[in-house]
Amino acid sequence: MQFWDYKSAKIGENLPELIIGPISRTDLALYASASGDHNPLHIDTDYANQIGLPDVIAHGMLIMGYLGRVLTNSTNQNQILEYNVQFSSITNIGDKLTCSATVKKIYTNGSGKNLKLELSVKNQYDDLKLKGHSLIKIL
Amino acid sequence: MKWPKLKKFLVQFNLMLNRSLINKTYPPIIFDVGKQRVKFFSKATGQTDPIYFDEKVAKEKGFPSLLVPPTFLTTVGHEQKNPYQYLKDLSIDMKNVLHAGQSYTYHHLIFAGDKITMESKIKDMYDKKNGRLQFVEFESLFFNQNKKLIVESLSTLVIR
Repeated sequence: MQFWDYKSAKIGENLPELIIGPISRTDLALYASASGDHNPLHIDTDYANQIGLPDVIAHGMLIMGYLGRVLTNSTNQNQILEYNVQFSSITNIGDKLTCSATVKKIYTNGSGKNLKLELSVKNQYDDLKLKGHSLIKIL
Repeated sequence: MKWPKLKKFLVQFNLMLNRSLINKTYPPIIFDVGKQRVKFFSKATGQTDPIYFDEKVAKEKGFPSLLVPPTFLTTVGHEQKNPYQYLKDLSIDMKNVLHAGQSYTYHHLIFAGDKITMESKIKDMYDKKNGRLQFVEFESLFFNQNKKLIVESLSTLVIR
């Protein structure tokens, strides 16, 4: 795999975006099984209706999993020191997602050179679904 | 009504989370990281690098087996008999809960074949918007078979 060049990264630079979707019911069913998160909110429309939602919604952790691929596509996984997100809004069936990462900060501390990425996931209407950051160790 | 009494009243009628449960710990969970599970999780999250699903490639890279992707440990919590026991302890209805945030701090890589121990506790509770939104933070520490701390996780849940 061809990794991203962190060594010559500059603040404000973007990593290659990842386009996901449209999110399907199959995606949610597979993730429910694979992750063991069997909350019916993600797989059972009848249940979703009962609690006042028009349809099932995506697992937040599935979206975090997708966004994580921006990181794992860019570097060896042992260089990922931190990965943190906040879920901003619900991701629906049919949403097409753009996963992005931007270089926010580059600094050196006792353990070496680190780079902080600002992360986001937006849908086709530019609604923010998830935001976060990651700390990458530059070797 | 004096505050301790009022607080007891609010907790009893579910208007406030029982903050005396901050730091409550839960029994450790032991989890064997199976190859099939790593493959399936990698597929479900769309990983394309074969180090996540082809053991031969992973070994050529010098890894003992398949590499575990960064958010895989979320599966460990779901393996318990009652994955949301702490919500029950707080009298929170699952229907009112949304995942608000998730943080991971990574110390070591994990591979298929590892034996993971998860140790969890209720880390904090707080509210926003004058108590209309209440938050619970649940912390999990993951150790491998060599007792090494490999990952720290913090899940934040919002109760509507």
